[in-house]
Amino acid sequence: MDLYRAHVLVCGGTGCTSSGSNELIKRFEEQIAKHGLDKEVKVVRTGCFGLCEAGPVVIVYPEGTFYSRIKVEDVDTIVAEHLLKGRIAQHLVYKEKEEHEDAHLSLDDIDFYRDQRRVALRNCGVIDPENIDEYIAFDGYQALAKVLTEMSPEDVINEMIKSGLRGRGGGGFPTGTKWKFAAASKADQKYIICNADEGDPGAFMDRSILEGDPHSVIEAMAIGGYAIGASEGYVYVRAEYPIAVKRLQLAIDQAREYGLLGKNIFGTGFDFDMYIRLGAGAFVCGEETALMRSIEGKRGEPTPKPPFPAVRGLFDKPSNINNVETYANIPQIILKGADWFTSIGTEKSPGTKVFALGGKINNTGLVEVPMGTPLRDIIYKIGGGIPGGKAFKAVQTGGPSGGCIPADLLDTPIEYDTLTAIGSMMGSGGMIVMDEDNCMVDIARFFLDFTVDESCGKCTPCRIGTKRMLEILERITEGKGEEGDIEKLEALATNIKSTALCGLGQTAPNPVLSTLKYFRSEYEAHIKEKRCPAHHCQKLLNYEITDKCRGCTACARVCPVNAITGNVKEMHTIDTTKCIKCGSCMEKCRFGAIVKN
Amino acid sequence: MKSLAELQAIREKTLGKISMRKDADESTRIVIGMATCGIAAGARPVMLKFMDEIQTRGLQNVTVSQTGCIGMCRLEPMLDVLVPGKEKVTYVKVKPEMVSRIVAEHIVNGRPVQEYTIGAAE
Ligand SMILES: Cc1cc2nc3c(=O)[nH]c(=O)nc-3n(C[C@H](O)[C@H](O)[C@H](O)COP(=O)(O)O)c2cc1C
Ligand code: SF4
Ligand code: SF4
Repeated sequence: MDLYRAHVLVCGGTGCTSSGSNELIKRFEEQIAKHGLDKEVKVVRTGCFGLCEAGPVVIVYPEGTFYSRIKVEDVDTIVAEHLLKGRIAQHLVYKEKEEHEDAHLSLDDIDFYRDQRRVALRNCGVIDPENIDEYIAFDGYQALAKVLTEMSPEDVINEMIKSGLRGRGGGGFPTGTKWKFAAASKADQKYIICNADEGDPGAFMDRSILEGDPHSVIEAMAIGGYAIGASEGYVYVRAEYPIAVKRLQLAIDQAREYGLLGKNIFGTGFDFDMYIRLGAGAFVCGEETALMRSIEGKRGEPTPKPPFPAVRGLFDKPSNINNVETYANIPQIILKGADWFTSIGTEKSPGTKVFALGGKINNTGLVEVPMGTPLRDIIYKIGGGIPGGKAFKAVQTGGPSGGCIPADLLDTPIEYDTLTAIGSMMGSGGMIVMDEDNCMVDIARFFLDFTVDESCGKCTPCRIGTKRMLEILERITEGKGEEGDIEKLEALATNIKSTALCGLGQTAPNPVLSTLKYFRSEYEAHIKEKRCPAHHCQKLLNYEITDKCRGCTACARVCPVNAITGNVKEMHTIDTTKCIKCGSCMEKCRFGAIVKN
Repeated sequence: MKSLAELQAIREKTLGKISMRKDADESTRIVIGMATCGIAAGARPVMLKFMDEIQTRGLQNVTVSQTGCIGMCRLEPMLDVLVPGKEKVTYVKVKPEMVSRIVAEHIVNGRPVQEYTIGAAE
C-alpha cells in the first residue's frame, strides 16, 4: 500500500449502497484519474458511518470533511475543488438543519456524533473492511497476540468477568461467566458461535459491524476459542445480508492467509479456524438452541434448556454463543483492560450500546452511546427530535420482545435493568420512535402479528396463545372490541409468558402488556367509545364536514361511493353508513372543511 | 503470521498511511497552497516530493493537505507546517529541492528551516 495524501471514504454499508454509493466510487476513481491525482488520492469503501439519514455519505481526509447526500454529479465538484485545489465544496457539506448557515466541516462537530462513544463501532466508517492491514494498523489482532503470549485462558476469563460485559444479543447475560461455564466443561471438541441472525425488525447493528469491521469479530472469536478451549468457530448469518457475508468471508480468507486463523497461531501452538453458516432469516433461529439445530442441518426449532449450550450445544459438544456486538467489544477490553471498560457506562451495565434509531425521528441511523445515557438524549440530542413538529408519544425498545416507553419516562437512563423495570427490555438495540399519530393498540397488534408469523409452532402457548391475542387486538382496532377483552389479553399474556418453551413466546406478550400499562385509556377508547384517539385505526374513523364548507362540491365528485350529498354553495354532509373511509374527500377539499374524528 | 514482530511490522507499515483518519489533533500537518497561482508556480511537484519523503522515511502522523490561495501570490509556492502545540511556520517560494531539508530538520527534528520561511523572505 502506498502513501496517499488524501483519502476519500465512501460509505459502503447496505443503506448507502442502495442509495448508490457504488456509482459514486466509480465516478470518484474516474475523475481522480482524469485530473491525474490517482497517485495522491485514494478511494476507500468503508462500512456504515451511522448517519444513514444523510446518505450516501462521503468523508474526505485529512480534513475530515463530511459530505452528505452526494449525487454522482457532485463527485466532479468534490474532485475539481476539494481534491485538486484544496477548496472544500461548502454547499455539499452536511448541515444539521436546513436553516443552519454554517456547514459543518468534520464529524466531531456534528450533534449526531458529539454525544456518541464508539467502542463496538470504532472502526466502522474508518477502515477499509476488505483490507486486513488497515485493521492491523489500528491495533487489530494485538489483543489476540496478547492473549496467546501473555495470558492463560483463566486470565482471559477473569478479565472478561471483571469487565462486566453483558451479552448484547438481548438477554444481557455476563459474557465472562458464560465463558467460564463453557471452559469448565470437559470434551474433545468445543465450539464457539457467533449469532448474527439479527431478526429484530428495524435492527441493523450486527450487519453494520460485519460490513464495517469483520476482523473484530474474527479476532474476538479466536480469543473466546482460546479461553474456553475451542478450536472451531461458526458465524450464523442470515442470507439476506449479502454484503456482510461477502466481507466476512473475505476477512476470514485474509486472516487465514496471514496465519491469524489456522494452525499454530503466532507460534504458540493454538489452533483455531472458523466457518460461515447461512440462515434463511427466521426470527426463531436467532434463539440460541434453534440456531444450533439449524447449523446442524436440522429444523430451526428451540430445544429445552437445560442442558445449556455450555454443557451440550452444537453437535452435542460444549459451546459458547455470543452476539456480534458482544464480540466487537472484546478485543478492546483485552487491550485496554477491564478497568477502562468499566469506566464507561454504569455499574451494572458497563460499556456502550449500539442502537438502530428508526420511526418518527429526524436522524435515523446507528448510534453508539455509553450505557446510562437517558433516552431523552438519544432521541433529542443525537436523533434530532421528532419531524414535522409533532409530539413525541413513545419509544419502543427491544423489538417484538420489548415494550413501549411513554414520554414521562424519557429521563430513564438506558441500561439492562432499568429498561426491564419499566416493562421493556434492551433487546438487541432496535429503537423505534412514535409520535402522536401512532395508535398504541395498533403498535401492539403490529408486533404480535410479527410474532404470530415467526412462531415456530413447537409449543402450544406460543402457537395458539399469541394467535388468540392477535385476534382480540384485531377486533379492537376494527371497532369490534368487547367488555372484558383487556382482561382476556392480560390473562393470556401471563399464561404465555410463564409456559412458552423459548424466549420468543415468553416475551411475545410484552408489547401488549407495556402498552396496556402506559396507554390503557387508548384501549378503553377503542373498546368502549369505538374511537381511536390517534385517529389512526381506519375502521374507527368518521369523516365529517364542518362549517368551513363552501359547497364547492369537489368532495362529492371524488367520493367513490357517493356518500356525500349537498347542493352547490351549501354545506355538504357525509352519510357515515355509506362512507368507506378512503380519505379522498379530505385530500380534495381546498378549504380544510373535512376532518376525521 | 509466525511472530508478533511480523504483526508489528504490518502495523507500522500501514499506520502512517491511514493515521490521518484518526487523531487529527495529534498529527503534523503540511498545508500547501494549491489555487491556480500555487499550481502555476509549481506547488504540485513540491507536494509530491513531500509525499515521497514521508513515504521513504515511514513517518507516522504526518498529513499533506491542500488549501486555496493564501493571498500572496508572488511568494508561491507557499506552505504551512503545523506541528501540534507549536506555532505555525510558513515557508515560501518552496522548490522540490528544499523539501528534504524541511522534512529532516523541521518535521523530524523540530527545528524550522529559518532561511526558507516567510520571515526570511520579508
Ligand atoms: C426468539 C429469539 C430471537 C433471538 N434472536 C437473536 C438474534 O437475532 N441475535 C442475537 O444475538 N441473539 C438473539 N437471541 C438471543 C440468543 O438466544 C442468545 O441469548 C444470544 O445470542 C447470546 O449472546 P449474547 O450473550 O452475546 O447476547 C434471540 C433470542 C430469542 C428467544
Ligand atoms: S415459544 Fe414459540 S417459538 Fe418458542 S418454541 Fe414455543 S412455539 Fe416455538
Ligand atoms: S372518506 Fe371516501 S368514502 Fe368517505 S365520504 Fe370521503 S370520499 Fe366518500
